[in-house]
Amino acid sequence: MKPAPPEVVIIRTGSANLASVSAAFERLGAIPRISEDASLVASAPLVVLPGVGAFGAAMQHLRERGLDASLRDRIANNRPLLAICVGMQVLCEASDESPGVEGLGIVPGRITRFAVSLRVPQMGWNSISPTPAASLLRSDWVYFANSYRLARVPDGWEGARTDHGGEFASALERGPLLACQFHPELSGAAGLTLIERWLSLAATKEPLTC
Amino acid sequence: MLSSRIIPCLDIRDGRVVKGVRFQNLRDAGDPAELAARYEAEGADEITLLDISATPEGRATAAQTVARVRRVLSIPLTVGGGVRAVADAARLMDSGADKIGVNTAAVARPDLITECANLFGAQCIVIAIDAAESAENLGRWVVRVRSGMGTTTIDAVAWACRAAELGAGEVLLTSWDPSSSLRPIATPPSRRMWIV
Repeated sequence: MKPAPPEVVIIRTGSANLASVSAAFERLGAIPRISEDASLVASAPLVVLPGVGAFGAAMQHLRERGLDASLRDRIANNRPLLAICVGMQVLCEASDESPGVEGLGIVPGRITRFAVSLRVPQMGWNSISPTPAASLLRSDWVYFANSYRLARVPDGWEGARTDHGGEFASALERGPLLACQFHPELSGAAGLTLIERWLSLAATKEPLTC
Repeated sequence: MLSSRIIPCLDIRDGRVVKGVRFQNLRDAGDPAELAARYEAEGADEITLLDISATPEGRATAAQTVARVRRVLSIPLTVGGGVRAVADAARLMDSGADKIGVNTAAVARPDLITECANLFGAQCIVIAIDAAESAENLGRWVVRVRSGMGTTTIDAVAWACRAAELGAGEVLLTSWDPSSSLRPIATPPSRRMWIV
């Protein structure tokens, strides 16, 4: 018998393009469910934190709904999370984009802007090179749309590096937590297979009960 | 390093792809979702849909077309045509666009760029510029509006720079050659925009 299609909770984050994220999961046979319910975000088997827009606005949106605590709880309990673009950035400590706003502080490091001499925002396809022990990420071309980034993969994390006027951390992974500065939902086959690997890894985990 | 991108641009009217020369003598060219999926399979980096419907009914259809294309597409989708207000942009984003193209309405009211960028971010806003070489001043490119039918005296390169300052993240430049649609562009304005 075929297993039931997995439900994926996509966190509603203000102006993020949820239609594209939902469509990617539908193409992979999953059932997207858009929500901002704090307890669901803490405990659902699969959660996606998309993000388009400014760091400060995204953090404010999460905090007002108690989702910051849900996400910390979720990550502390090693539950699968896919964070995209600004979703990856808010996992860090802070960002030059929104001075004075604290991030979730899961990932050590501060988000900084690309050098002024570069084309900003970085728009288009760039290549990613995974760190040696990364298990989900593969070398490939993926789609970026960002002006800010994490400069390096912190100690204790695997991830990927990309060159845009110098290296930056284009993705991070640790167990079932995958964070991408690029947009896997817009990265064609490379993005879909990455999401598929994340779904498979998540499926191998024993269901966690509270 | 960023790669160069190939972005097929599909003109959409009343839910169908149409093909013409300078938006005239349009003929049916197929289903938008089928064509977009085929372009992705053939290696396109992104898809742009330009809604050239002339009626409110056509505009309403465009949102459904965007939703249908989104379901089959796993690369970025830009949608333009008839975006006059933030509400128009929001409707297209909700339907499944990743980026919004603005053209004529932004020339008339440049603040539209900033309003859209404030809500969605600069990476979502594409300034579409139709440019023609000035007949009086060869080598100078001027902006055209209303699908190329309206002339202005606005310098295309200066307008691109201003739009970027106002919050546009990308420029979609179309050459509107006055003499022939087959003539190669002798002095492309994009080269100068790049340098600027």
